[in-house]
Parts: sequence; C-alpha cells; structure tokens
Amino acid sequence: MNLQDIHLLSLLTFLPLLGALIIALLPGEEKGMIRLFSMVWTSLIFVLSLGLLAGFRSGTAEMQFVEVMEWIPQFGIGYRVGVDGISLLIIMLTTFLTPIVVLSAFSAVEKGVKGFFFSILFLETGMIGTLVATDVFLFYIFWELMLIPMYFLIGIWGGDKRIYAAVKFFIYTMVGSLLMLVALIYLYVVHGEQFGKTTTDLLELTKTALPVQAQILMFAAFALAFAIKVPMWPFHTWLPDAHTEAPTAGSVILAGVLLKLGTYGFLRFAIPLFPVAAHYAMPILAALAVVGIIYGALVAMVQKDVKRLVAYSSVSHLGFCMLGIAAMNVQALEGSIYQMLNHGISTGALFLIVGVIYERRHTRLISEFGGLSKVIPAFAAFFMITTLSSIGLPGLNGFVGEFMILLGSFRSESLPYAQVFTILASTGVLLGAIYMLWMFQRVMFGEVTNEKNKDLKDLNLREYFVLVPLILMMFFMGLYPNYFLRKMDASVENLVKIYNAKLVARTAGVLPDSPKPMVKLSELERDGRKIVIP
Amino acid sequence: MSHHDHGHESAPEPIGMGKIVFWIVAGALAALFIGLRLSGPAVNLDRWIFLIPLLPGFGALLNGLFLNKLSKPLVTAIAVGSVVFAFFASLVLFVAMVSRGEAIHQVLYNWMAAETFAVNVAFLMDPLSGVMALVVTGVGSLIHIYSIGYMAHDESYSRYFTYLNLFMFSMLLLVLGDSLPLMFVGWEGVGLCSYLLIGFWFTDDAKASAGKKAFIVNRIGDMGFVIALMILFWQVGSLQYDVLAERAATVPVEWMTAICLLLFFGATGKSAQIPLYVWLPDAMAGPTPVSALIHAATMVTAGVYMIARLSFMFTLAPTAMMVVAVVGTLTALFAATIGLFQYDIKKVLAYSTVSQLGFMFMGVGVGAFAAAIFHLMTHAFFKACLFLGSGSVIHGMHGEQDIRQMGGLQKIMPYTGWTFLISCFAIAGFFPFSGFFSKDEILYNVFATHFGSPAWLGVVLWCLGALAAFCTSFYMFRLYYMTFSGELRAPEEIKKKGVHESPFVMTVPLMVLAFLALVGGWIGLPEHALHAVGIHIPNLFEHHLHEVLARAHENMGPHHGSPAVEWGLMAVSFGIAIVGWFLARSLYKDNTSEVPARMKEKFAGIHKVIFNKYYVDEGYFYAFIRPVLNFSKFLWGFVDTYLIDGMLVHVSAWVVRTFGEGVRLVQTGNVQTYLLGFLVGAAAFLIYLWQGATM
Repeated sequence: MNLQDIHLLSLLTFLPLLGALIIALLPGEEKGMIRLFSMVWTSLIFVLSLGLLAGFRSGTAEMQFVEVMEWIPQFGIGYRVGVDGISLLIIMLTTFLTPIVVLSAFSAVEKGVKGFFFSILFLETGMIGTLVATDVFLFYIFWELMLIPMYFLIGIWGGDKRIYAAVKFFIYTMVGSLLMLVALIYLYVVHGEQFGKTTTDLLELTKTALPVQAQILMFAAFALAFAIKVPMWPFHTWLPDAHTEAPTAGSVILAGVLLKLGTYGFLRFAIPLFPVAAHYAMPILAALAVVGIIYGALVAMVQKDVKRLVAYSSVSHLGFCMLGIAAMNVQALEGSIYQMLNHGISTGALFLIVGVIYERRHTRLISEFGGLSKVIPAFAAFFMITTLSSIGLPGLNGFVGEFMILLGSFRSESLPYAQVFTILASTGVLLGAIYMLWMFQRVMFGEVTNEKNKDLKDLNLREYFVLVPLILMMFFMGLYPNYFLRKMDASVENLVKIYNAKLVARTAGVLPDSPKPMVKLSELERDGRKIVIP
Repeated sequence: MSHHDHGHESAPEPIGMGKIVFWIVAGALAALFIGLRLSGPAVNLDRWIFLIPLLPGFGALLNGLFLNKLSKPLVTAIAVGSVVFAFFASLVLFVAMVSRGEAIHQVLYNWMAAETFAVNVAFLMDPLSGVMALVVTGVGSLIHIYSIGYMAHDESYSRYFTYLNLFMFSMLLLVLGDSLPLMFVGWEGVGLCSYLLIGFWFTDDAKASAGKKAFIVNRIGDMGFVIALMILFWQVGSLQYDVLAERAATVPVEWMTAICLLLFFGATGKSAQIPLYVWLPDAMAGPTPVSALIHAATMVTAGVYMIARLSFMFTLAPTAMMVVAVVGTLTALFAATIGLFQYDIKKVLAYSTVSQLGFMFMGVGVGAFAAAIFHLMTHAFFKACLFLGSGSVIHGMHGEQDIRQMGGLQKIMPYTGWTFLISCFAIAGFFPFSGFFSKDEILYNVFATHFGSPAWLGVVLWCLGALAAFCTSFYMFRLYYMTFSGELRAPEEIKKKGVHESPFVMTVPLMVLAFLALVGGWIGLPEHALHAVGIHIPNLFEHHLHEVLARAHENMGPHHGSPAVEWGLMAVSFGIAIVGWFLARSLYKDNTSEVPARMKEKFAGIHKVIFNKYYVDEGYFYAFIRPVLNFSKFLWGFVDTYLIDGMLVHVSAWVVRTFGEGVRLVQTGNVQTYLLGFLVGAAAFLIYLWQGATM
C-alpha cells in the first residue's frame, strides 16, 4: 500500500484533534483513564509518524506525501499539505516529544486533568498542521491555532504569575502574527494582479515578482513574527516569563517545538518568498543572533531560578540556529536545523528534569538546593548527561549542530562579515559551559545543607520512561548524525540553490523590479504530486 | 587536608584484587599469544585498531550502566582488564606497524557530513600516535592497577573506574583519531573526565569548584581551538591530517600563523601553560592516581602531541613557533619558581608538571618535535611515578599532604622512598636517568635554534630554561628530603594510626615506573655527539619518528649541529642538576638546618608573593570574572527587566490599553451592533477584492 494513499499527513495532523475530542467526551473525574488514553493515543501517533520517516525519500527536494484539495476556490484557498527535508524532522520531533510530555504530566497535573490533556492534544494538531501546511492560509490558521491551547496551558496550569505570563505570551505573538497577516494579504493581492488568478499556494506565491521596497517591508513583517517566536533578541522577554510560569509539559513543548516554528518560518516562508530582502537583512539577523547568543548566556549566568536559567539558555541556543540560517550555505543550514532538533531534545529534557525536582520540592530556586547528587544519584546522572548535551560536548547531540553551524557560517559567502559574527558566536560555547556547570554545581554538588533535601526520592519508574528516550536520542544524534542529516540534504541544497539563483538573477539584472518573473524558479505538475517548493 | 583520600585504618592487601590483576594480565598475554599464532602474516590486524579506544569505552559503559550493581571484583576485572587489553592491542598493532613500515588507517564510519564537509570516525596509528598510544595505555594500565589499592575503600569505587575508563577512551580517541575534529572530541572528552574526577568527591564544595574551574578554563582554550578549525576548514576545505599535510602549504602565512597561534592557545588550556595554567594546581583535589594519569602523564601532554602532530603546519608559521617557544620557556621558569616554596606534596608536583610541560613546548617551539615527544614519554614515567609515590605517602599518612608534617618516611616506606628518589634523579636530569637525555636534547635544540626564534633568543631561552632546570632539581630534592629523610614530624593522631607502606598492588606499579624512569631515556641517546667521539649508537626514538616529521624538517630546512656545543651544554646542565641537588640536600636533609627558616624571614615579601602563586588567580578574578558577572547582572537587571521589558513592552502595552479604553465606548454589548459592523467590514473587504480582480 502506498503511504500517500492513506493521507498520512492529514491523519497525523487531525488524529490529535480527534483524540482531544474523545477526551472531551470522557468523564472528567476519570483522571486515570484520561491520562492513559492520552498516553496511548499520542504514542500511536508517534508510531504512525514513523511511517513518515520510513516512506520519506531522501534524494529529492520535492514535497512528499502531498495532499491537495480545493477548499475555498473563489479565493484560491486550498488544503495543501506536504513534507520535505526541512519539515520532516521537526514533525518527528513533535510526535516524539508529545507522548513524553503526556507521561511527564501524569502526577504533576491534578486539577483540570481533562482540560489539560485536551489542550496538549489540540496543541499537537496545531504544531503538526503548521509544519505540513504548504498553503499560506492554512499555515496561518494553524499558526494562530497553536496560541490558544498554549495560552490556556500557561494561564490555567502555570505558576504564580501565570496570568501575566500567558497574556504577555499571547499579545507578543499576536502582534507579530498580525503584521505577517497584513503582509500575506498584500502578497496575495499582488500575486493575483500579476497572474490574473488568486491563490494561497505557497509555491505559486514564491513566483511573485515584487519591487525591492515591498519585499523589504513584507520580509520585515514576516521576520518580526518569526523573530518573536524564535525568540531573537530583543523580542525575547516573553520567553523567560512564559517558560518559567508554564507547567513542565508546557515548557517542554514551548521550548521543544514552538520556538522551532519561528526558525522554520524563516526557512519555509520568509526567505523563499522574499530572498532579495532576506539577503539585505541577513547581516542584521546574524547580528541579532550573535547578540542573542552572548546576551542569553550572560543573563542565564546570573539567574536564581533554574527554569529561568534554562529559558535564557534557549535564547542563546536559538541564536546559533539563526546564525546558521543567516549564513545560508548547506553546511550551516543543516547544522541549524540539527541544532533545532538538539535544542528540542536537550532543553526539553532539562525542563523535565527541573520538573522532577519541582514536583518534589515545589521550588526551583538554585539556593534551595545543593548536594543533591548524594541523595538522588540516578537523577544526578540524567541531569549530568543532559547538561553535557546542552553545552555541546562531542559525542552527544549538541556538538554536531554547533560545530556545523560554526564551521559553515565562518565560510559563508553570502553573509557579509561572516567571520566576525562566527568568532563572536563561538564565545557562546564557553559561556554555555559556565552557566550550566555553575548551576549544576550549586544544585547537585557540595553537602546537603537544606534539611528538606535530605529525604528526596530518586527517579521513579515513570520518570525513567520519560527521560530514557531523550537520553538515548542524545547519544544517537551525537554519534550518528548522518541518519538525520542525509534526509535534509536535497531540500536544503535546493533552498540554497534557489536563494543564490535569485540573488544572482537580481545582481545580473535579470530579476529587476518588473512585474513579470523572468527566471524559471521551480516546476509544478498540478495534477500529479510533483511539487517543488523552494 | 584530604580526609577522603584514605578511608581505612590499616591497608591490608585487598582480598582477591591481586589475583584478579594476575589473571587479567595472564589472560591478556594468552590472548596476545593466541592472536599472534592464529593471525600469521597474512591476516590483517588493521581492522582491530578500533578496539584500542573502544575497549575502555566499553568498560566505562558497562560499569556506568550497572553502577553499584556489580560486585567489586567484577568492576575491577572490567575496568582494569579493558585497559590492559587495550595496552596489548596497542603493542601488537605497534609492532605490526613498525615492522611493515606503514601506518595503519581504519575508517569506521562517516560521522557527519554536509556538502564538502565530512568527518569520519577513523583511526590512524603511525609512529607518533603509536608511541602515544603505548604511553597512554601502558602508564594507564599501571595506574588502573594502582587504583585498585588506592581506592579500595572508597564508597564510589565503581564510579571512579567508570570515569577512569571513560578517560582512557577519550584520550585514545584524541591520540588515534585521524582528523582534527576527532582529536577535538577526545580533547573535550578528557576535559570532561578531568572535570568529573577532580570533583570526584563532590560533597566537598572546594573540590567541585576545582573541577568546574578546570573545565571552564579548558573551554576558554577550546574556543581558540574551534576558531582555528573554522579558519583552517575555510582555507583548506578539510580537517583530516593527510589532506592537511598535502594542502597546508597553500594557506597564506598570515592565516597559518593565526591558525597555529589559536591552536596553541587551545594547548595552553589543556597543557596548563601561561596564561591558562591556573586550573592545574587546583586539579590536585582529585584522587592522586588521577593526578598521576590525567594531570601528569597523559591528558596535559595533549597540547604537545597536537603540535607535533601538526608539525607540518607549525613549521609554516615561524612566528607562531617562536611564540610557542617563548611561552613554554616562561611557563617552565615561572612554575618552577612557584614550586620552590610549596608545602603540599601534590602542589609541588603540580607546578613541576606545569614547568616540565613548558620544557616540552620549548622543544616543539624550536622544531625539536622528536625531543619534545621523547620528553613527554620520559616525563610520563617519572612524573607518574612521583605522583603515585605521593599517593602512596598520602595513603600511608592517612590523608596528610603537608610535607612539614612528614619526614623519615624512607625507613617506613622503603619501596615508595626508593622509587621516589629514582624519579627525582630522573626529573632533575641526572645522568644516566631518562630525564637527562630528553631534557638535554630539548635544551640543546633551544640553544642551537635555527628556526622560528633567532639565535640570540635561543641563547636567552636556554639560560631561562637552565635556570628552570636548576629550580627543578632544587625543589624536587627539597621535596624528597623533607618527606623521606630525618624524623617523622606527623601529629600524634596520625602516628597513633600507624604510618605504613602501601600494599604491593600499589608499590609494584611504582617499581615498574621507576625502572622506566631509569632506563627509558636510553632509546634516545645523543647520536651526533656520540658519533663525534667515535661511538656509533643510533637515536632510536628520533629515527622512529623521522618519517612523521619529514615534512616539518623539510619546511625548516637543514640544520647542522655542533657536537662540541652539545657536549658542553650537557656538562653544564648536569652540573646545574648536581648543584640544585647539593643545595637542597644541605638545606633540607634530615630537616636540621635552620637556614630555610631564616631565608624565609629575610625575604618574607618575595616569599609571600611566590607562595601565593603571584596572585594570578586573584588577578583573574578582578580582571575577568567579577566584571563579567557584574555586566551580566546589569544586562538582566537593567537591559532586560527595565529597558526592553519595562520601557518597550510595558509602555507599548500601556499605550494600547489606554487607546483600548477609549475604543471601549464602541463596545456596547449589543450583538446587533457587532453583527452590523462585521457585515460592513466583510462587504468592504469583498468589494476591495473584487476590484482587485477586475483591475
């Protein structure tokens, strides 16, 4: 049976929603049943997503598992989904993390269990939908859809300042999205004018020829939306609050997947749609990325709350991803995508680990701990490995991404001052070690000084099941990255090729500010499934 | 001081441990024998090279996964056995490689690749990495065996061996990897193990801090290493040694200088040179066998190995070579002066290690790569012996590390005493001990420098190096006499517990190392000097490395030494060693002289500065650590909280809210009004679209 025939992408996208609806029908007091159902359901979705991995053909940059349906034909809006080497692994990350997150919340969430798991599953639909959509309208719907369950997760199951954090998260993201919507509508209209037919098909829209001024404005709107999501400095201040106040499960998803949608947005939308503007903006993006790397690390260093420290470390790590994107060559881009996955695994694990001690002590202040290694040795081992993964120790996952980004960015030909940016970024490697090991020492080493920590219980079986898959992934991704990198090749190469082609076309005057596209950028077979998305 | 360093009243031979070691060694020998018989010349042993690093790696995995679940003898068998087997594997492959005269290269798999970038997990055993592998696994085996006794009563016995095996794995990866990224993997890996083992007794916050300091200071150097790799890959397009050797000459000399200086900066971290040496003295917080293995014999020499490995690049950057030589010399002297006044037995040895590493860098800095690696090897023997000897002393003294509390131990611990003395002669450079040959070869090459450093600088560096050698001889014998001669000065409670010699599982490794410290230098005799007086014995060591260094020698051009100068310098430095010994003996033997105390009073100021290690740590704190912390606090407290969040986010939120309160008037609560508004808006939108479509 052909995997495409069973509408795998649609299944993956909407099964979580179906699960959420089933949960809605379950009686709210049957907490055990709801938890078990969520666990089984999300695990099955993960198993199903393995089919995506198995059926994915590495050799091509074409969209795969494509499904196209008319939706609102009057406006050219369609239900168009597909997967390529850029989105595939982030989708896998999503389906991989969700069951882990569900399992981690078994004992952490006691109130409103039904609503909680409903939100998580609903969120999964939003995330996967965002990643598979190749229609800008569909994308926008999913993009906004993700906000709602996340808003509730933070606002209802969060910490003391949860309302503030939730509102801040919501408004911050909303501001960016609205500007993006305006830009999208403009693009839609211009494209309609140029081609005499309106459509929201991303592939078609990339053919729009835009005056440079317009490109720059629209790129700015897109970039703002995505930069807030990433988050890039200085649009990051929603993140520490949201991360810290969110329940563990929320933080893991937020860090693990939601942030990646910002970087993904650059790769899928902002750059292919407006390559010339992107090219002008790359030095700015790189500069902000480098500031983020250093700034995030420095601020992380002086945090008093472990979770807040991890949140700031995300700013630093995502800075690396953005630097790789700004460098725009295959090596740096693959490193960047790999770093997104790494960050999802490592930082996800760190939040889970913080969650473990939070459940026991109901505090996350570093000063409340000390000497835990003696009391809970198994926990200490997991924490140590995760810390090392986060600071990019070779052999574990973090190193591969950082190393490829640094080596790749340094020799970038399209990014001005690439060498300067990269050398500055390499300080992040050092700073990361400082804040993580310092925190680790204060929490885990020394004598147990706080009476409350004397009788802490070590990891239970469920927590082992939560953490072991992540630890295994850290090793696998660190030792055999090629398994993942080879799946990205074709798509990343294609992206770089088209980016460079458009730049060359522009400098050679082939692509002036004229209304008609002069270079053939991609091919399309409408009836078949051969669709190339730059 | 180190109350953890011993955990028992007396030290009986740990039951069964000796037997286990016996069976491991016997088994390894049998395996070796059978392997050689079965293989014959036709069978290709090359594909087993991966076993050398992987055996200890597997040991670490097993002991780590089943931490505290396995019985002690089993833990020992896995940990010690894997390293001993790795040693025999190294030996077999080394012999095969030398007899065939061809390096062994094995590609295991492609690790990461993108576009033109590719890194293989691949191992290379050539004469250089072969020597390193033998030193690492050989000394490593002895120290593993020694640890059985030293750590016998530690509650974290299996954790200790897990880390130690992990270290062996990383170190062998560093040495045997066939490319710079793999070396970097090992480089970081040994740094991690160093961190874990220095902070092994982590409930002591000072020890945990020392571990963290080691890791972070190393990472500062690693940053230089990574930047060097970035430039190198940008310039050459590969990071594999053989490709680099082919294409290195195409790199402009400015870039090559930058690359080499940055790599050397990385080496100053790992190999504890100025300005990044500060972590090593603190690293003595770890168990003493760890100090012997990691912080004396193997890991800290990685920087020297790296430069020798990349000799074909460094010889293209004479300026960088000069910097290496100068920094090495300054470190050698600087650390030696600190060593003069320390009272902690391990601290003296730590500064001595920094100083000896300085000598090695002097060597590579003037292009005497073979001599530097030679000194690396002999240093591994005598310094491991000294550290293990100090461990034996600390063990026998129930954790006491202050030499002012010691004395008279020669009678109580004869094996430890004699082996320690032999190693002192070796490090001080007495003929015919190993250190004499290796150190003199370096000093001679510095004096007669013909590459990188100008001739006058060579003489200056030689003078400073000779001064450092004098200090070395002095502080080592000071250490020996204060520890082993005269009467025991230990406090009553230690005396009551009974100061004792260590068990054989600890003293036998000492004897093996002392033997090597004595004879290890004989494979590197000064060929040319001997030739001039009619004795024809080849310098085996240099001939062995000849092929590997051929390209470097080509870059440096021919060099004509003078045997007369060589003989003269040899005599001078032997004389220096004797004077140092004599001075130390007259001042500290039996601890009867009052001169040291009077000297200390007279030069109280200088003594204080040197005793406090020139206040470098304090300087770093005020110059770097505190400003960075304050700046970070400023970023968080002001920029993040006040500027971005306060000014931008909250102010704009306030504007919106104020505006919203105005607009709220529209919000009547009347559904019909909303619906009407919605319809008007939708109609306007549709009209606009319709117009757009027809335009």
